[in-house]
Amino acid sequence: MAASRKAGLSGCSFIIFSKTARSNLQQRLRSTSTRFHSSDSGDGQPPKFMPPPKPVIVDKTQAEATQRRFLSPEFIPPRQRTNPIKFVIERKDMIQRRKVLNIPEFYAGSILAVNVADPYANGKTNRFVGICTQRSGKGLGATFVLRNIIDGQGVEICYELYNPQIHQIEVLKLEKRLDDNLMYLRDALPEYCTIDFNMKPVPHPANGEVPVNQLKVKMKPKPWSKRWERPKFKIQGIRFELTLSEEKMEEAKKWDQPWLEFDMLKEYDTSKIEKQTWEEVQREMSK
Amino acid sequence: MALLRKGLGFLLTHASGKSQQLPFSHSAACAAIQKMSRVRVVDNSPLGNTPHHRPAKCIHVYNKTGVGKVGDKILLAIKGQKKKALIIGHKMPGPRMMPRFDSNNVVLIEDNGNPTGTRIKVPVPSSLRRLEGEYSKVLAIAQKFV
Repeated sequence: MAASRKAGLSGCSFIIFSKTARSNLQQRLRSTSTRFHSSDSGDGQPPKFMPPPKPVIVDKTQAEATQRRFLSPEFIPPRQRTNPIKFVIERKDMIQRRKVLNIPEFYAGSILAVNVADPYANGKTNRFVGICTQRSGKGLGATFVLRNIIDGQGVEICYELYNPQIHQIEVLKLEKRLDDNLMYLRDALPEYCTIDFNMKPVPHPANGEVPVNQLKVKMKPKPWSKRWERPKFKIQGIRFELTLSEEKMEEAKKWDQPWLEFDMLKEYDTSKIEKQTWEEVQREMSK
Repeated sequence: MALLRKGLGFLLTHASGKSQQLPFSHSAACAAIQKMSRVRVVDNSPLGNTPHHRPAKCIHVYNKTGVGKVGDKILLAIKGQKKKALIIGHKMPGPRMMPRFDSNNVVLIEDNGNPTGTRIKVPVPSSLRRLEGEYSKVLAIAQKFV
């Protein structure tokens, strides 16, 4: 009984509240319509109803930075028997460095340009443009390898993300590839790694999915630096049918270890750690 | 196993500039330059560029350790003669911010440090500029610094 009365009362109060809100809204609307009324009072005809302009909500808190939820992979600590204080301190230092230098979001397969301090170059900075072949390392020692072919000579430079010698990291083209590790580009035809030094940055959308380049690369004739056809590398981005026959592909499957994906001791669920680290990073960066 | 897999008469896949049929099988180089390692001469000297049936090989490294890195002087055996050379880049990954090349590049040099060729078209690591005093003439003929 009491519960129903309470419910009735709360129901009444809710209705009243909504009534007042509705009347407020109507008053506001009336005022706008009267404003429009007054502007059109010159015509003898009834003025056309002009609906009020829709409010445009612009998320100005993340104007320049991407509104995609991207946590750089070096923030996620490896599953080790180290003291967690080490990772806390490292994250603090990483965030401090990121406040000084903008380290953009990029993946293996994106084209980057890096300006490094060089005492011997004129202008004191050295610029290198290349395609990112891999991102490795955790914490402050995180690295990424840029590859380019200059004057017919393949050059790879492994840059440390948090090295103070780096003046600027610029993403010229943001995209993903079919694999995380593009080491096989060393044995691919040189056309896939030649990147123009004066390439113009390709504008990429701040929201939405990162485009995945479905390119399958043609390789040089064997021997390769590694046997990329073996299942342990799990490569999707090579056109094997051009260099390898069906028998070779079948022979490569002999090295498959399908039980590895079901190994429970190798399981590492990073979803909670990612969420916590993401919130921490957002909090610290906005300070 | 590797020898059985690769047959005879294999093309040198690494960018050596010469498409020669080597009558032996070889593995990919992944170390710095030491004795018996084949190198690629990158300047435009006639000794380095005339084709020969044998590649240029390192026979001595002028170093306390026998391993040559960028900026070390080595002794090469080219076309049946001995010649000194300077290592410009190698395939082995080195210090983090240094470039790693896809071939072991070398520039022919005289005993006093003067280069034999007149131009180096291949990119050269800018860390070589610390050798400004000794090999300044080699740096002068380099066209592109990485």
